[in-house]
Amino acid sequence: MHLDPELLSRVQFAWVVGWHILLPAFTVGLASFVAFLEGAYALTRRPVFLNLSQFWLRIFAISFGMGVVTGIVMPFQFGTNWSRFSDAVGNIISPLLAYEGLTAFFLEATFLGVLLFGRKLVPPSVHFLAAVLVAVGTLSSSFWILATNSWMQTPAGYEVIDGRYFPKDWFEIVFNPSFPFRLAHTVSGFYVTTAFVVLGVGAFLVRREQSSAEGRMMLRLALWFLTIFVPLQIVLGDQHGLNTLEYQPAKLAAIEGLWDGGRGVPASLIGWPDAAAERNIDEIAIPRLGSLYLTHSLDGEVKGLKDFPPDQRPPVAIVYFAFRIMVGVGLLMLVMVAAGLVLLAKGRLDAARWYLGLCQFTACLGFIAVIAGWTTTEVGRQPWTVYGLVRTVNSVSPSLTGPDVLISLLLYIAVYLLIYPVGLAMMFRVVRRGPATSEDTEPVVSGRPKSPIEALQVPEAAR
Amino acid sequence: MTPVLDLVPIWTAILAVGVFFYVALDGFDLGVGMLYNFAPDRAARNLIMNSIAPIWDGNETWLILGSVGLLAAFPVAFAIIIPAVYFPILLMLLALIFRGLAFEFRYRDAEHRTFWDHGFAAGSALAAFAQGVVLGAFIQGFHIEGRQFIGSSFDCFTPFSIFTGIALMFGYSLLGAGWLVIKTDGELQQWARSFGRRCLIGTVLAIAVVSLWTPYLNAGIAARWFSWPNIALLAPVPIVTAILAWYAWRSLDSGSEYGPFFAGLGLFVVSYAGIAISLWPMIVPGHFTLYQAAASPSTQAFLLIGTLVLLPVILLYTGWSYWVFRGKVRADAGYH
Repeated sequence: MHLDPELLSRVQFAWVVGWHILLPAFTVGLASFVAFLEGAYALTRRPVFLNLSQFWLRIFAISFGMGVVTGIVMPFQFGTNWSRFSDAVGNIISPLLAYEGLTAFFLEATFLGVLLFGRKLVPPSVHFLAAVLVAVGTLSSSFWILATNSWMQTPAGYEVIDGRYFPKDWFEIVFNPSFPFRLAHTVSGFYVTTAFVVLGVGAFLVRREQSSAEGRMMLRLALWFLTIFVPLQIVLGDQHGLNTLEYQPAKLAAIEGLWDGGRGVPASLIGWPDAAAERNIDEIAIPRLGSLYLTHSLDGEVKGLKDFPPDQRPPVAIVYFAFRIMVGVGLLMLVMVAAGLVLLAKGRLDAARWYLGLCQFTACLGFIAVIAGWTTTEVGRQPWTVYGLVRTVNSVSPSLTGPDVLISLLLYIAVYLLIYPVGLAMMFRVVRRGPATSEDTEPVVSGRPKSPIEALQVPEAAR
Repeated sequence: MTPVLDLVPIWTAILAVGVFFYVALDGFDLGVGMLYNFAPDRAARNLIMNSIAPIWDGNETWLILGSVGLLAAFPVAFAIIIPAVYFPILLMLLALIFRGLAFEFRYRDAEHRTFWDHGFAAGSALAAFAQGVVLGAFIQGFHIEGRQFIGSSFDCFTPFSIFTGIALMFGYSLLGAGWLVIKTDGELQQWARSFGRRCLIGTVLAIAVVSLWTPYLNAGIAARWFSWPNIALLAPVPIVTAILAWYAWRSLDSGSEYGPFFAGLGLFVVSYAGIAISLWPMIVPGHFTLYQAAASPSTQAFLLIGTLVLLPVILLYTGWSYWVFRGKVRADAGYH
């Protein structure tokens, strides 16, 4: 069997980034939620907000820790496996990555320490500020990493010298054509992901009649938030899609499963894209609908996959199905929110056990949508690392052999399959214990062995 | 953008400082992690872990800044060095995963606490070793064609790089012991002092061996250190090293609380300077000078503007967080 270092490197990158992205997808929203709760507590002094904040901070600490250690892996992948990509575009993407570290990682890491361990060591206002700065850090991180990713999707502001890419206009590089849409769609998606988790956990607590006050508060906060953000997310997704049509037509054709371009193209609902035959098998499609929603005109022109040479088309089936999963999840979310609003209006939300049970299952929906969306955009970019400029096959480190990458891939698989279930089990355990039986509500100096905070007392504070 | 001033020396200095911050800061908490394994009991282990729990994450962030900073300031060096040390980097990353997660997991996953305890200690040791191998391989140089590393992914494992790996484990442990002397008192501090002495002996021996082995590997480095008048001009380096080693020993024995840590840090400074003197002005030994590997002036300028503003701010709030968590860690507040 021939082991292809390029293919294995792609699988490895997909593996490490796929697992990693689940954590920011959750912690970006959760950091903002915790900052909101801390602020609400500071303003109202209602204990429910403090309980909720401390409860979610415990979960945040686990997920953020996992996000940090799996995140450190990522920049090294550019060097270990994609060194030719790094050499070709390092002059452009590196400052963006460095700005992520300078504006986000230090902020998050330092103030998370204060947030987790410093409640008794700093004044409440500083503690709240720490929560806000952690949230700002997560958003700043999203800004820079998505600027980098967007530049790889829709490169701009560069010039080519001897086959390598150099900066010409930094504003155009950072604010490249797909960046505003990707940033809005991704961050909004992260927020929705977190809100569905909060909804599910709230539902669980209300159903178990444990910490009901906190549970009811979570249900309502999440539901109101989602009422705004789920429809918004669908609109942002549509706008992002139109941007893709303009700048990455081959990706859009793969998303649509559209082989023959032209005027008045159909919308493919479902089918099996057969790349060899260049057509969809067993397809259900609606005539002209594709043109309608892509160009807002019944006979608008859309390019098909056959308009691009086969070596410039992404793997169609993966993109086609990943997109449909994302959209399907989005519609399911809309139904859940609508149902929740009806129940809330009728005053039956807390008693509707069937709905609360459903909410527990839909807590994972956001993660599915994030992975599906990420797969759509990243696989849809293939066969390029930088769309239209640098091919993936020319990006991989030349020194790597197939067995090299196989070893590293297997090790990453083994380690991630160990840490993710353990981390998830731990978060479930925190949830089952609930906010009311909070371990941290008593003064920090009290005595049971708990998280590292308990023994951490500076003399001044202990006095 | 036309360069108004030469940014290469500025970026060299920033990167050198950044890497040194990483080595100093994550160095001591990796060292603490290695010593953790030898702690007398669970109470001591809790205390040891608490001494770095609020700050380790920030310390590790310098690693990201170091790697991304290398990519930003000297992209071709990044594109050559990182794939050349493929497996040490892999080991380091996996080790850092175990070690970082142990902070939360050992407490929340009480049934498997022993597993996570070992993960913390072994992860710290392996990460330190892997970084030492990277350093050794870097000093030895790589098989390069054009702008790419074309050797084997296993080239980096040589007797010299294995030795530098072990050397760095001793060095980090010395910093860790110094940190624990600052953060603990009583019996645990005495324990840290006694471990500190062993680590100091190991560190000094390792420095001596690497200092003799390196010029033996490379005639250019030998000439730089041993030709006249360099030998006289550079004589302060070994002399200062010897004084620092003596001071570290004395402060471990005396009641000095900060002496061991800062003497250990001093040993890292002179070793770091020694390596810089040996390799200057190469960023990829034998192939690319700092100037040849430098990123475009526009790249360096764009990042410099933000760095000059943000780095002092980062140092300020990092310092503030160390101040918030200052003083001895105490167990009695946490246990019945």
